Amino acid sequence: MSKLESKIPKGDLAKKWTNYKAEQKLVNPANKRKLDIIVVGTGLAGASAAASLGELGFNVKSFCYQDSPRRAHSIAAQGGINAAKNYPNDGDSVYRLFYDTIKGGDYRAREANVYRLAEVSSNIIDQCVAQGVPFAREYGGLLSNRSFGGAQVSRTFYARGQTGQQLLLGAYGALNRQIAAGSVNMYPRTEMIDLVLVEGKARGIVTRNLITGEIDTHFGHAVVLATGGYGNVFFLSTNAMGSNASAAWRAYKRGANFGNPCFVQIHPTCIPVHGEYQSKLTLMSESLRNDGRIWVPKLKEDVEKIRKGELKPGDISEENRDYYLERRYPAFGNLVPRDVASRAAKERCDAGYGVGSTGLAVYLDFKSAIERLGEDKIRERYGNLFQMYEKITDEDPYKTPMMIYPAIHYTMGGLWVDYELQTTIPGLFAIGEANFSDHGANRLGASALMQGLADGYFVLPYTIQNYLADEIHTPRMDINQKEFVQTKQEANEKLEKLLSIKGKQSVDSFHKRLGKIMWDYVGMSRNKEGLLFALEEIKKIKQEFWSDVRIPGDPGSVNVELEKANRVADFIELGELMALDALEREESCGGHFREEFQTPEGEALRNDQDFKFVSAWEFKEEDVHPILNKESLDYEFIEIKQRNYK
Amino acid sequence: MDLTLKVWRQKDASSKGKFETYSISDVSKDSSFLEMLDVLNEQLIRENIEPIAFDHDCREGICGSCGLFINGRAHGPDYETTTCQLHMRKFKHGDTIVIEPWRAKAFPVIKDLMVDRSAFDKILQSGGFVSVNTGGVPDANAIPIPKEAADEAMDAATCIGCGACVATCKNASAMLFVSAKVSQLALLPQGKLEAQRRAKSMVAKMDELGFGNCSNTGACEVECPKGISIAHIARFNREFLKAKIND
Ligand SMILES: Cc1cc2nc3c(=O)[nH]c(=O)nc-3n(C[C@H](O)[C@H](O)[C@H](O)COP(=O)(O)OP(=O)(O)OC[C@H]3O[C@@H](n4cnc5c(N)ncnc54)[C@H](O)[C@@H]3O)c2cc1C
Ligand code: FES
Repeated sequence: MSKLESKIPKGDLAKKWTNYKAEQKLVNPANKRKLDIIVVGTGLAGASAAASLGELGFNVKSFCYQDSPRRAHSIAAQGGINAAKNYPNDGDSVYRLFYDTIKGGDYRAREANVYRLAEVSSNIIDQCVAQGVPFAREYGGLLSNRSFGGAQVSRTFYARGQTGQQLLLGAYGALNRQIAAGSVNMYPRTEMIDLVLVEGKARGIVTRNLITGEIDTHFGHAVVLATGGYGNVFFLSTNAMGSNASAAWRAYKRGANFGNPCFVQIHPTCIPVHGEYQSKLTLMSESLRNDGRIWVPKLKEDVEKIRKGELKPGDISEENRDYYLERRYPAFGNLVPRDVASRAAKERCDAGYGVGSTGLAVYLDFKSAIERLGEDKIRERYGNLFQMYEKITDEDPYKTPMMIYPAIHYTMGGLWVDYELQTTIPGLFAIGEANFSDHGANRLGASALMQGLADGYFVLPYTIQNYLADEIHTPRMDINQKEFVQTKQEANEKLEKLLSIKGKQSVDSFHKRLGKIMWDYVGMSRNKEGLLFALEEIKKIKQEFWSDVRIPGDPGSVNVELEKANRVADFIELGELMALDALEREESCGGHFREEFQTPEGEALRNDQDFKFVSAWEFKEEDVHPILNKESLDYEFIEIKQRNYK
Repeated sequence: MDLTLKVWRQKDASSKGKFETYSISDVSKDSSFLEMLDVLNEQLIRENIEPIAFDHDCREGICGSCGLFINGRAHGPDYETTTCQLHMRKFKHGDTIVIEPWRAKAFPVIKDLMVDRSAFDKILQSGGFVSVNTGGVPDANAIPIPKEAADEAMDAATCIGCGACVATCKNASAMLFVSAKVSQLALLPQGKLEAQRRAKSMVAKMDELGFGNCSNTGACEVECPKGISIAHIARFNREFLKAKIND
């Protein structure tokens, strides 16, 4: 059983990071050149880490599956990035950002990590501005802020509705500069398919070249996974089509503990599902809740007429509208955290008040904001989102309310890491959405970008040196060494096995089936019976997949079906672990809602007595129940409360 | 709706490609163009034919992965739209749709509809950044930037690097792509310091990689899914000229 050592530095909360930096080991410049670091992933976390490590003088090898590092999934983030700058003078502070994040996460995150995140948040904005990121500004030339859910201050910096794009292009610029300088070697269209361990330490990876099909191995004194989240277990999600869990999953199977797999975020404002052929779901940024009001009709007869097309939303008078978030949560209104907003939408739709042809949608209405601010102002704030909505639905949100419904969006769970962002495998680090660390059971809006860049620019470049300082005498290893050869062979055999099945069903058909089970039973609301059923079903899907999947083409060239199959094989196994974790956690907290545990008003009922811990799952062997390790969460500096947004 | 698709199929970079014709029926008008291709691919897999390879990832019009030449137009018939955001309601029952990859010397075909756009990365590596390291930078509000400049920089920065401009241009020039980056950074005080050097090295790289010259036809602007204006090319030319004069 692994021992979970969180390595939280001693001392006062506000001093921990400073103390850590003062005491940690560093690597001197001459030795940095002798050390190789593998960074898998070029999203905000990976690109910022690779660039910063390259600048410091390490030899970095950077990998992504897209044709260019610039296309990582982070590019799609819309709304913004938080930082405790307090530029609007509305009472923000490092402590408040820390507090909001811990509370928003429903008291399931580690205090010390979250405090550090809040502490470095300001540096991120400085860094991005220095890189030429064109954040929104006021007429006086200073930076502009907006509000996001779960906060009562305006601390979100943004670049129209394309904040992720602009931040990523900034980090990609820094990465490009290091590629040109020769300190980073870039491997696009290259997918990590396994992790190489030598004497218990992470020493390299196995990759597949997605153009030639070649399987290679790479050595690194340390390996960093910045491979993003696993929302695509659900097939339909707001993630990019290629977003996958494989790097993290293979690391899990080599011994890294997986933290809180059942903590998944369902985003309240996405474009509803419209057909069987649908390949992904599109987010409408949370920032829209700044100016949009969410409602459904109050009267069932209006609902009926709307669904039949006999009434338009504009025909429903004010008194016959139920602005249910404003009604249920007057203090936060439309800006309650995501988990709360999502469940409230589901509650209304389940009660029969949903709109749209399927009844699985609610309105997000900009009428009063347009009246108050004018259409131009709304266009300036959300123009690209409105345009995207219109392209997809053929409806003009300036004239008629948007229809939205919750969708899988983000995964708080991920590889378990300690304060240094190191997994339970020495030398293997995980950053960004790939780790479990900062968001507890629910992430607040605009905090993923913050965490990715905090990890990559300002945390990992320090903490990894504490590990590497003891590795300066380790020579570069020969990839013909047995551990590399053997891991490569195992990865290869897996691909060959997949290709040899030559069954009848497509990879996507399995993925869709898995996704449906996950959404129905391991989604927005869960119960014991459903979870047990899901576990049985997933087992069946797994068996059928490994005996009946069809992958045309050969392995030695571009083979998209093979890529997908290799990922779906891992999604199936991870789906099982998620259901298991959800079953074990007999409480409701954040994104994890167990129907058995709720208050009479239908709010989540946390159980701090028995579940105030991080679940860290440890792989044993194929088809054997994994071990559940627990990291107890001790709140030394804040008082735990029931979350209340009323 | 039922459609006939003429799709470019090419095994790999060294093989010769050709058009194949496929029929597809019952396409929903609400599906996206790529979802229509997904359905076709499922059909091909059932028939044990290798599915059509094409690049895509976000399917939200922001990553710049997708890019198909549809009925002779980059990203198809809709205005300011990427291929993934193109919806089938722009077509009608019985249509024949011709689907090709980007065609440009600097973007060799990898397979079917996938091309190699790494030349774009190389151009940006030659100077498309501000030379600052992590840490030690001034406070974000230390240098006020006029809102107009920030907004215009943002207009340029929305480029998604899809390559439609190159695919559309009869000279296969990368000028709109290059000028968008040069312009974004030249408009901001942080990027101004290196503006001339940047313009010079990016042009040299662009030439070296086999992109053509810009002859100001403006076709790129029309097909750009992000509506990036050729006014940036004018700003770029100014920076470039200044750099030349200072040489
Ligand atoms: C539509 C949308 C909008 C969002 N908006 C916001 C927002 O406004 N604010 C906010 O804070 N957060 C937002 N988020 C969340 C945020 O974007 C992500 O959590 C964050 O960008 C993740 O960054 P990352 O660097 O960890 O991973 P990613 O950006 O997902 O990058 C993963 C990288 O890993 C690579 N990779 C993955 N697997 C492999 C493999 N096996 N081999 C090789 N490479 C691999 C990929 O190529 C990619 O480069 C949004 C998310 C979505 C989906
Ligand atoms: S798939 Fe990302 S822009 Fe089209």
